[in-house]
Amino acid sequence: MAKTPSKRAETLGGYIVHGIPFPVESDPDSLAFLKKMAPIQIEQEYKITYLHSYGQDSPWFAGLTNKHLLATRDEKTGYTYATPRGHDMYTGDETTWIDITTRPARVHTFTVCYFGSEEFLPETPFVLALIEFDDVNTLLLTRLMGVDMDEVSLDWVGMEVEPRFLRNSKLKPTDVYFVPKG
Amino acid sequence: MRPVYAVSGGVSKFAKARPDKTFQAVVKEAYDYAIADIGLDFEAFTRLVDGSVASYFSDHFTRQLMAGIMTQDYLGLIPKPGHRVEGGGATGGLCFQEAWKSVASGHMDICLAYGFETMSHVETWKGNEFIALASDVSFDYPVGGFYSGYYAMMVTRHMKEFGTTPEQLAHVSVKNHINAYHNPYAQKRNRYTIEDIRNAPMVAWPLTRLDICVMSDGAAATILVSEEGLKKLEAAGAKVARPLVKVTGIGRGTDAMRMSDRPHVDYETFMKDYATPEEKDSAETSAYYKKLWEHGTRYPGIHSFRAGRTAGNMAYKMAGIEHPLEELDFVELHDAYTSSEIQTYEDMGLCRYGEGGPFAASGKAFLPNVDYGLDLPEKTKCAVNPSGGLIACGHPVGATGLMQAVFAIWQLQGTINKHFNDGTLQVKDARRGAIHSHAGTGTYVTVSILEREG
Repeated sequence: MAKTPSKRAETLGGYIVHGIPFPVESDPDSLAFLKKMAPIQIEQEYKITYLHSYGQDSPWFAGLTNKHLLATRDEKTGYTYATPRGHDMYTGDETTWIDITTRPARVHTFTVCYFGSEEFLPETPFVLALIEFDDVNTLLLTRLMGVDMDEVSLDWVGMEVEPRFLRNSKLKPTDVYFVPKG
Repeated sequence: MRPVYAVSGGVSKFAKARPDKTFQAVVKEAYDYAIADIGLDFEAFTRLVDGSVASYFSDHFTRQLMAGIMTQDYLGLIPKPGHRVEGGGATGGLCFQEAWKSVASGHMDICLAYGFETMSHVETWKGNEFIALASDVSFDYPVGGFYSGYYAMMVTRHMKEFGTTPEQLAHVSVKNHINAYHNPYAQKRNRYTIEDIRNAPMVAWPLTRLDICVMSDGAAATILVSEEGLKKLEAAGAKVARPLVKVTGIGRGTDAMRMSDRPHVDYETFMKDYATPEEKDSAETSAYYKKLWEHGTRYPGIHSFRAGRTAGNMAYKMAGIEHPLEELDFVELHDAYTSSEIQTYEDMGLCRYGEGGPFAASGKAFLPNVDYGLDLPEKTKCAVNPSGGLIACGHPVGATGLMQAVFAIWQLQGTINKHFNDGTLQVKDARRGAIHSHAGTGTYVTVSILEREG
């Protein structure tokens, strides 16, 4: 039988306390004693909704909602970005859009995340991967699905993969993910 | 540029949480220590110091904008000049170099560099989220923003291309934790084995919890001076340790925020633009790299930090270092992950690209007089993270690069025993050391060289 954890998880939250211990008389001895007090800690909530613009990268997200994976290319040099950039980092020129939905693609590297940032904890474990494409100079960060996380292997590097698209777009880069080809 | 001396430093105890004090008061612990170590009192030093540079990474952790001026105020430094620098994990290294610039340029004779972070104000997983916001929030963060995941992907590629093993990574963790066993400032002082590291909970394959640094509260401060500043301090009664510690080289590099955007350059470009002079001069090394490229290696890809190589080459050139492994007595480098220590061995030219794994397990980066419980085939060449590094000391981001500077000053002064009440970590006859501060997935990196005079 599996053992229970030896420590209970620490969480914030608890009772609201009305009244904090304090000397009844503020005489010099009592005030000096305040130096020996433990600190008071309170919770402060901070919630924000940002209006985030994808700016010049917006067509990439529009492409995902329509099941197209776009990339950008410098027309002069042909240097191609799997993660789009509005301007080429070598020529400074504005890039153009190309469609790489059907380009042969492989896993360049990966990891399995068993922990994560708070936002993604409910999704653990999950596989992060960087994908390389034929005739594309840079990579794309994505989720890799359809692999056995109990059989993690370096052999996954180089695995041929293909994109899948969410039917219900969230307008996030996770609207596309990759699975083993075939 | 004028000569710049690092005359003193102080570090607060690094801990998981410091609710006993506000961030300003934690900084004051480090500041007071640095002043006391040169034998001056608060008022005497305050009269002499020309200004400061503040280092802290995230406004999110403090939930306080302009925390720098609040610290300047608390330290009694107003209305003197001051500003805050920020560059992710390299913030402390950038701060040290900005203070160096203030003095080297003649703008100040005495400059304080201080840094802090209070990461305990949020739970660990929210802290991971804050840190992950230091990745592109359009393309990277939403996919599963988690720095341990990013570094795990880098080392997976390193393993695939170069044959690096998880056991080699674990050597770094054993070394740094056992070093920290002798460092009273360290947050984690544990004796681990290779098996302990590998059997710890997996965080992001292949990195376990003991391959990764922890979040911390803490502060550090250093005092940099010109020759004129030194005279002013000593005229006021300061007892500055001799031999002096001089900053002889600074270097910085940068790279694309998104790992995916890093280039994959060919052999010729690597040798021309990025190889160290030592690598360029060696026909055997040129042939070694040619073979790597024939097998598909491209640079920097995601297995290497071009910013770190750029910073190292720049700092070495300024300090006149041609053979870093032979000419540095120690390095305090940014080991947020065991894997990044291995990657950084290569970036800083302590070994060739692809050889970081064997280097980690060779013994060359270990201290000679410490029992690690390991069978190490080679003797010490250059102690790396003799303090215990980030993995064991902790990583209160804005303080970390300055903590490295303080430990380097003490190593070069030969005063580790005085400050640690334990001389085990003193590098014998330390004459020259490097400190290395690193941000993001290798976006900003600083390398600074400190040397003992005489």
